[in-house]
Amino acid sequence: MKNENEHYYQLVINTCLLAGKIMIESGSDMQRVDDIIYRIAQNAGLRNANAYITVTAIVMSANPDIAGRVIDIKRRSFNLTKIAKVNELSRQFASGQITIPVFFDELKLIEVQNDFFPLGIQIVGAILVSGPLVVVFRNNWIDFLPSCLVAALAWILFYFLNRYVNIRFLSEFAAAFMIAGLAALLVNIGWGHNMDDIVIGSLMPLVPGIPLTNAVRDLLAGNLVSGPARGIEALISASALGFGVAVGLHFF
Amino acid sequence: MVFLILKIGCVYLAGVGFGLIVNLPYRALNLAGISGVVGWGSYYLVDSLPNTGIGIANFSGAMALGVFAMIVARIMRMPSILFDVPGLVPLVPGGQAYELIKNFATGHYSEAWNYATQVIWIAGSIALGFIAAETILRIVHQVTTYRVAFRKKM
Repeated sequence: MKNENEHYYQLVINTCLLAGKIMIESGSDMQRVDDIIYRIAQNAGLRNANAYITVTAIVMSANPDIAGRVIDIKRRSFNLTKIAKVNELSRQFASGQITIPVFFDELKLIEVQNDFFPLGIQIVGAILVSGPLVVVFRNNWIDFLPSCLVAALAWILFYFLNRYVNIRFLSEFAAAFMIAGLAALLVNIGWGHNMDDIVIGSLMPLVPGIPLTNAVRDLLAGNLVSGPARGIEALISASALGFGVAVGLHFF
Repeated sequence: MVFLILKIGCVYLAGVGFGLIVNLPYRALNLAGISGVVGWGSYYLVDSLPNTGIGIANFSGAMALGVFAMIVARIMRMPSILFDVPGLVPLVPGGQAYELIKNFATGHYSEAWNYATQVIWIAGSIALGFIAAETILRIVHQVTTYRVAFRKKM
C-alpha cells in the first residue's frame, strides 16, 4: 500500500515538473508557473510541496519520504498556445475531469508536438507587424509596402537561421544586418522613401517583447533570480539587433 | 479623423500580426488585436491632452492594457500574458531605440544619450503602468472576496 502511494506521489511530482518545464520553455512568466505547480500539488493531495523555480531548472520536493526531483530547461522559445493548453489541462484536473496519469500523458504529448503556425502564416504576421507600425510610429504612408517586403524577407532569413544553424543571437544579428542592407538598397533604387522608417518598421517583428514583459513581471513578483536573468536575455537580443543595424549602416 | 481611424486599424493589424508570430491560439487572435487598440488608444488620448508628456501617456496606455488583458483573461479563462504581449507592441519605443543605435554608430554621442534617456523613460513608465494595473486588479479582487465573506457571516 505504501509503495503504491509513493508511486502515485512520484507521478504527481513528475507532472508538476513537466507542466512547469513546458510553461517556461514556451515563455510564461514565473508567477504563473509557480501558481500552476502548487495548484496541481494541492489538488493531488501532495503535502508540504516546495518548488524552487528558475528559468533554467526546477527543483521540487514534497513529503519527507518522497525523493525530490530536478528538471532541466535547456531552450526557451515563444509558443503561447502551449501555455494556454497547459493552463486548460490544469483547470480540468482541478475540476476533477482528468486524473494524474491522463494529465501526465497529455503533457508528454504537448511537449513533443510542434504546433507552430506554418512559415507562410508567420510571414503574414511579420508583414502585419511591420507595415502598419510604420504608419503608427512615423505617420509615413509611402513606406508601408517597402517595409512589408523587407520584413518578410528578414523573417524568412530569421526562421531558417533559427531552424538550421541554431546559434543564439546570431539569427537576430543577421536579420538586422539584412534589414539595414535591404532598406538602403530599396531607397537607392527609388522604391523606398525614408530609410530610417523602413528599418524601424521591419525591426518590430524581431523585438524581444516577451522576455522584456516577463523580466518586468518577474521582478515585480519578487523573483530576484529569474527577473534579472530574463532582462539580460532581452538585453542581449536587443543588442544583437542593434549591432546588426549599426554594422549595416556602416557598410551601406 | 480619417487618419486616426486608419491608424487604429493599423494598430489592430499589428496586434494580430504579433499574435501570429508568437503562436497565439486562434480564438485569442481577435482579442489580442483589440487589446492593442485599447492600449494604444488610451496612450493617444492622454498624449493629445494638454500638459502631458510621453511618460504619463505611456503609463496610462500600459495601465489600460494591463487592466483590459486581465479582465479578458478572466472571461476567456486563459492566461493574461496571451493578451498583453501582443497589445504592448504599438507602445514599444522602437523609433527612439533605433535613433539611439544610429546616433551611437555614427558618433553623435550627445544625441544618442538624449534618445537613451527617452527610451529608459518610456520603458520605465510602461513597467509602472503594469504595476498599477496589477495593483488595481488586486484591490478589486480583495474587496469582492471580503464582501462575499462578510455576506456569508451575516
